[in-house]
Amino acid sequence: MNVLEVTDLRKHYPIHAGLLRREVARVRAVDGVSFHIAEGETLALVGESGCGKTTVSRCILRALAPTSGSIRFDPGQGGTVDLATLPKRALRPLRRHLQMIFQDPYSSLNPRMMVGDIIAEPLKVNGVPAAERNARVLELLDLVQMPAVARTRFPHAFSGGQRQRIGIARALALNPRLVVADEPVSALDVSVQAQIINLMLDLQDRLKLSMLFVAHDLSVVRHVSDRVAVMYVGRIVEVAPTDALYRAPRHPYTETLLAAVPAPDPMRRGRQMKASGEVADPAKPPPGCAFHPRCPYAQDRCRVERPELTEVAPGRWASCHRAQEIELTGVA
Amino acid sequence: MAERTSLAVRDLAVHFEMEQGTVRALEGVSFDLHAGRTLGIVGESGCGKSVTARSILRIVDRPGRIVGGRALLDPGTTEEADLIAIDPESRRMRGIRGGRIGLIFQEPMTALSVHYTVGNQIIEAVRAHSDLSKAAARDRAIELLREVGIPRPELRIDAYPFQLSGGLRQRVGIAMALAGDPDILIADEPTTALDVTTQAQVLDLLRRLQREKNIALMLITHDMGVIAEMCDEVAVMYLGRVVEYAPVADLFAAPRHPYTRALLRAVPSILATPRQRLATIGGAVPHPGARPSGCPFHPRCGDFMPGRCDAALPPPLRPGEAGASCFLEVPA
Repeated sequence: MNVLEVTDLRKHYPIHAGLLRREVARVRAVDGVSFHIAEGETLALVGESGCGKTTVSRCILRALAPTSGSIRFDPGQGGTVDLATLPKRALRPLRRHLQMIFQDPYSSLNPRMMVGDIIAEPLKVNGVPAAERNARVLELLDLVQMPAVARTRFPHAFSGGQRQRIGIARALALNPRLVVADEPVSALDVSVQAQIINLMLDLQDRLKLSMLFVAHDLSVVRHVSDRVAVMYVGRIVEVAPTDALYRAPRHPYTETLLAAVPAPDPMRRGRQMKASGEVADPAKPPPGCAFHPRCPYAQDRCRVERPELTEVAPGRWASCHRAQEIELTGVA
Repeated sequence: MAERTSLAVRDLAVHFEMEQGTVRALEGVSFDLHAGRTLGIVGESGCGKSVTARSILRIVDRPGRIVGGRALLDPGTTEEADLIAIDPESRRMRGIRGGRIGLIFQEPMTALSVHYTVGNQIIEAVRAHSDLSKAAARDRAIELLREVGIPRPELRIDAYPFQLSGGLRQRVGIAMALAGDPDILIADEPTTALDVTTQAQVLDLLRRLQREKNIALMLITHDMGVIAEMCDEVAVMYLGRVVEYAPVADLFAAPRHPYTRALLRAVPSILATPRQRLATIGGAVPHPGARPSGCPFHPRCGDFMPGRCDAALPPPLRPGEAGASCFLEVPA
């Protein structure tokens, strides 16, 4: 069963100019994105800055109103709703099923609230009685491996890693159906990052969490996600189970990304460079395949005809005209 | 190592006088930089890696103060000069800063002003370190932009920094650092703010420039992948001390300090297996103002020996010699 099904999602920003403020162009931040998240599954959305991954997550949380497309969400009460078109008022009762873990553990916690109150806040808003709330806060602190005394202290008393645990406890307070985590470990030091990655793996196992994991760090993603969707200039270029994608990518951009990550192993030195040039501007994406100006495999067709995301092998999707004929290199 | 030693740092100590007491940011840091070689400085936040760079250039912000040590330019020659003994505001120091020693920042906008064109700023830097005429300095600036791989430099020289992408801005930052024709480059997290494909390009550029100009490169990073990719030797720092120094292959193959071992195991890897957990280091890096007694790593160390590690500092490393500053290395 799918917790989330996103179909042909678009978020365009018009650019106005001239005396009449006519629309002269559009930034196609998200331009026809489709994917699903199955129950208990973690899907990673990866790509470089400006690719639209954060815009997708913000549309799902309806922090942004999508331009078009549908976001079918199953809140677990029988039936699904379309988050893309629901009026704000109708969204409110659904929010408890859809929670968020933030990147910055410093700005995402109210410094004037005690940790216990921060974690209890979503419970309180949703009418959980005080006695139950206290028990649940203790349970949640234990779940994220924090001592019970943390309850009566303020966020400043805690390190970045501990604050991120508090943020996770708050996100899980209402047993959400879907957790959206936007770069949850990228602001942390290596030693703390490892602790939070392990915690997320534990929670996925214990709570069968369904998660959208938005990240740019391909190493972190390999540890925590079941499937990966790679975005480039507003579109998904490849979706595949994690291990398959890393071992044998089917889109040249995925190959480029993987090759660019410096592996912590000096024996593998010097295999970084694949693509030249820079990420295309989503206001002026190149014609045809947006990746073609940087693609070492591009042919004439790629310069004029935009490839669609198609199933190239069971469970593996890629939008590349040459997906079936080129041999790409992954990282074993 | 036959290469000329460009800079020898010895027993560098920096204190920050805070209301709460003295924070010892650096406690006797020593290392050498050699022409044509790259020294990596790696560690988590608060380890002192940036303060080290700023001390060498004499740009430590108040309330920081260099309380001891030397930084010898051209050690052992008749030209030997101790940067710590020179007045930081003097003409001589300003000549060395940006002249003999170039600095590359994490965020190139730190070095660039928003109010002036790229060209104005590079021309100014060129003229500060040479007696070229305005016209000749402009030609030199265009040449520098071409050298760092900026396409159409004769047009880009008149661009303002905000008109450039992050990757191009960092290339401009590198061109600025090269304006005084330095033989020592200090790069402080030069690719941390960049996307992974841009990072690969910028690292490649640094490697090429170093080879062509026989530069001594000091590369500060928190990323073990970047260390593995770029460095010849590595100094691992923890709470203001170098805890291990080794050739890069040895550091990854046989790390000697328990902190290095733990750090390497905690790094998420692009080569991970699905759902692979990471080895973690307990706790977090302590605040430098709350430095533990003895070896500052002892509260987090798996090899902690009570009565020894918490009683005294392990002996410091001898500069230029591989080893770990740890009681495991010293017979009881």
